[in-house]
Amino acid sequence: MEKPFAITLDVGSSLANKTGSWRTHRPVYVDRLPPCNNQCPAGENVQAWLYLAEEGRYEEAWRKIMEENPFPAIMGRVCYHTCETACNRGALDEAVGINGVERFLGDQAIKYQWRVEAGAPTGKRVLVVGAGPAGLSCAYHLARRGHAVTVLEGSDKAGGMVRYSIPKYRMPREKLNAEIRRIVDMGVEIRLNSPVEDLCAAIAHHGCDATFVAVGAQRGRHLQLPSTARVPVLDAVQILRDLEREEAVPLRGRVIVYGGGNTAFDVARSAVRLGAIESLVVYRRTREKMPAHRSEIREALEEGVTLRCLSTITHVGDGVLTAERMELDAKGQPQSTGETETIVATTLVLALGQDADLGLLSGVPGVRVADGLVEVDRNLATGAVGIWAGGDIVPADRNATVAIGHGKKAARQIDAFLRGEVLRRPVKHELASADKMNTWYYSDAPRAIRPILEAVRRTSGFAEVVGDYDEGTALYEARRCMSCGNCFECDNCYGVCPDNAVIKLGPGKRFEFNYDYCKGCGVCISECPCGAIARIPEAI
Amino acid sequence: MEPQIIKFYQTGSFAVGNRLLDDSQRSVQADMRRSNSLNSGHRACQGCGEALGARYAIDAAMQATKNQLIAVNATGCLEVFSTPYPETSWQLPWIHSLFGNAAAVATGVAAAMRVKGREEVRVIAQGGDGGTTDIGFGCLSGMFERNDDVLYICYDNEGYMNTGVQRSSATPPAARTSTTATLGADPGNVFGQGKFVPAIAMAHEIPYVATASVAYLRDLEAKVHRAMSLRGARYLHIFVPCPLGWGAASEDTIRLARLVVETGLFPLFEAEHGEVTGRYHIRNRVPVEEYLKLQKRYAHLFGKRPAVDTIGRIQAMADRNIRRYGLLGEEA
Repeated sequence: MEKPFAITLDVGSSLANKTGSWRTHRPVYVDRLPPCNNQCPAGENVQAWLYLAEEGRYEEAWRKIMEENPFPAIMGRVCYHTCETACNRGALDEAVGINGVERFLGDQAIKYQWRVEAGAPTGKRVLVVGAGPAGLSCAYHLARRGHAVTVLEGSDKAGGMVRYSIPKYRMPREKLNAEIRRIVDMGVEIRLNSPVEDLCAAIAHHGCDATFVAVGAQRGRHLQLPSTARVPVLDAVQILRDLEREEAVPLRGRVIVYGGGNTAFDVARSAVRLGAIESLVVYRRTREKMPAHRSEIREALEEGVTLRCLSTITHVGDGVLTAERMELDAKGQPQSTGETETIVATTLVLALGQDADLGLLSGVPGVRVADGLVEVDRNLATGAVGIWAGGDIVPADRNATVAIGHGKKAARQIDAFLRGEVLRRPVKHELASADKMNTWYYSDAPRAIRPILEAVRRTSGFAEVVGDYDEGTALYEARRCMSCGNCFECDNCYGVCPDNAVIKLGPGKRFEFNYDYCKGCGVCISECPCGAIARIPEAI
Repeated sequence: MEPQIIKFYQTGSFAVGNRLLDDSQRSVQADMRRSNSLNSGHRACQGCGEALGARYAIDAAMQATKNQLIAVNATGCLEVFSTPYPETSWQLPWIHSLFGNAAAVATGVAAAMRVKGREEVRVIAQGGDGGTTDIGFGCLSGMFERNDDVLYICYDNEGYMNTGVQRSSATPPAARTSTTATLGADPGNVFGQGKFVPAIAMAHEIPYVATASVAYLRDLEAKVHRAMSLRGARYLHIFVPCPLGWGAASEDTIRLARLVVETGLFPLFEAEHGEVTGRYHIRNRVPVEEYLKLQKRYAHLFGKRPAVDTIGRIQAMADRNIRRYGLLGEEA
C-alpha cells in the first residue's frame, strides 16, 4: 500500500502490548467471611440474605435464612444478636439492625404462607427427643434431607424453653405456633405428652436409625435458705411454665427475684405486668456482671423493676428477707461483709439457673454424663453410635440460637451417617475484618430505630414490647449492610482500573480480571469497598 | 414513634456504580459499553492517575457528544505512553503536534470543523501541567481570550514526570523533585512560587472553568457533561496522582486524590464567566499530614525530627483554600 511521506508502518493498536507481563502481584476476587456470619451460633449466612433483601427479594432472602435456620420470626425476637456486636458497620456509625430485618422476613413468610418442602424420602427414620429449638431445628433439617422424623415431647405443647420460659411480651405465641406448624406441615411428626424415661426403650419402640437428644435444662436450681417463715419460695422456671399454661401465678405484693440471668428478669417483668406492688431483682455481684442481656435489663428498669446488686439473701423470715451486703474482691468475686439489712417481701422467686434431667440416658451404654451435662465430641456425637445430643444438655452457651445451631449440626452429621458418608468440613474463608474494607464509599446512614411500646402501656399487659420494622425501614436497614468480604457489584474495580483490565460480566455475574493487561498496581484492591479482592504474589 | 423512610442506596453515589440504581443514574464508567477511549496496552506506570483521569474525562465527553469528538494532545506522559509509533491506545481521532501548542492546534481543528459545517464535531485539547501551565500557557491564554470553542483539559500531576520528575509551576511547596533537592534550610520546592491556572482561567471570564479529582468520578463526569453542553472556551483541571514522581505506592493513587481534596489542599469547584457557581463540600476533613506522609517527595518533613513549621505552612494553605472557596458547607 502507498504510504504518506516518512510513514513506513501501518497504524497498530496498543492491544499488541501485553502489559500483564509487568505484574509482580495479581489481584484475585475472593469471598471472605463476614464477621456477622462468623459470629452467628446458628450459622446463618447473614450477609447473603441481607444482599437479597437489599434488592427487595424478600422471599429469596427468607429462603436463604431457611437453609440454616427454620425460625426467623422467633430469632428476630429472642436472639441476642451477637452478629450485631461483630458487625463492621459498628465502627463506622452503628451496627446494621440485622435482628429487625430477620424478624421482618420471618413475619413476611408467615403473612404470605411461604413453605419449605421436605426432601425426597430416603426411607430412614430418626427419633428426636425434645421439641425445643434444638430438637425442632434438627427435625426440620432432617426432613429437608428426606428423612422421616418423630419428635417426642414431654409437655403438651412444642417449643421448649422458647415457649415455657420466654414470656409473650417478647415472643408472641401466634408467631411461635406458625413457625412450628410449618415444620409439622413438612411431615415431621411431633408427639406431645410423651416424656421419655428410658431412651433405649424409646429407640426400640420407634424403630429408628438414629437419635438426637435435646431435652433441655428445665429443672430450676434450688437453694436451701434458713427459714422461720411463711414467705413462699418459688421456682422461676415453674412460674414461667404456669404463666404459659395460664394458671394462677402468685406474683403479687412485693416480689423478690433472686438471680441475675434472663430468667430472673423474665419473672420480674412478668410480675410488673401482673400488678405486683414491687418487683425487685437481688443479685450477688454487680450490674455489669449480670448474665442477663443488656436490653433485657434496660427494658425491665424502664418498666419499674428495681435492682439490688451486691446482695445475697441469707434468711427467710416472716414477711421479710435478710440480705447481706457483698463486696467484690480483687478477683471480682463477691465476699461477705457481715452487714445485713431486711427486705419486705411477699414472695421470693429463685432464678439461680437450671439443670438438665438426664435420667433417660442412665441406661444407655457409651453415653457419659459429667457435671450434669452430656459429653459430646465436636460433632455433637455421644459415646453411643447413632446418638447425638445438643441444646442446653451439652457444654455450650445456653440460648435458643445456639440450640438451633446444634440442631442443624446434628442433622448434617446424622444425614451423613445415614447415607454412610463422612461429612467433610468446608474450608473456612478468611475473615473480612475492618482493615480489609474501604468504608469511604458507604453513605452515612444512622441506624433505624425499632419502635418500642411505651413503658406505661407495657406494664398493663403482655403485648409485644419491641415493634416491627415496616417494609421501608427493613429495606433501609438491609441496605446499610456493607457486604463485608463479598462483592456487591458496585463497579468500583471496573471503574478505577487505569488499564481497562477488569471485565464486567453483567448483572449478577460479577467481574473478571484480564491478566493480559493487568499491571498489578493494586488500585482495585485498595478501592474495593467490601474487601473482596486479594493480592497474591506472582510466581516469578 | 413512626419509623422514618429514607431513600438510600447502600453506597449512594460515592462508588463507580450501584446495582440498586437505574442504569441512567449510574456513571459512564459503570457502563459495559463505555468507549474505553484510552485502551489497554498503554505504557503508563502501574497505578497511573493520568491514564485513569484521561479515560474518565474522554469517555464522558464521548458519551456527551455521541462520539463526535476529536482530541488534540500536548507532549507529555499522556502522549508518550499512549502512542509509541506505530501503536496507539486512542479509540477516537487524535492529533499531536508540539509540547506548547495544543491549545492553538485545537483552535485550528475547531475552525476547520466550523468551515466544513461539521459543528456537531467537538474538540478537546489535553495535556499535563507542564504543557499547560508552563510551556503552552501563552497559547492557552490566547485560546481563552478569543473564546474559541474548545474544552482544554489539564491533567495535573504536579511536575514533569515523563522527563525525570522536574519541577513545574504546578509543583507544590516543599515537594522534592529532581530540580528541587531536599537540601539547605528550606528543602524541596520553595513557598511562594507557582500558579493555580484555574483561577487564571476564571480571570479570562470564559464560559466554564472547573477542577476535578480522579477520586470523585461522579463529580468529574458531571463537570465534563456541563462543559460539553456549552460552547466557547472551557477549562477543566483534573488532579491526577503520579506514583512514580511522588514516591507513592501504586495502589494509593485514588486514596491520594481523595485526601488532597478532603484536606482542603485541592479545592473542587466550578465557575461560569468568572464566578464560582458550585463547590464540593468536604465530607470528612483530615489534617494535611494524612496526605503528605504517603508520599516520599515529602519524606524530609517527617522522620525523627518532623518539620512542624513546614507542615504548618502547608496546613495553612489548606485552611486558606477552605476559607476562600467555602469548602466546609453550611457548618462553617
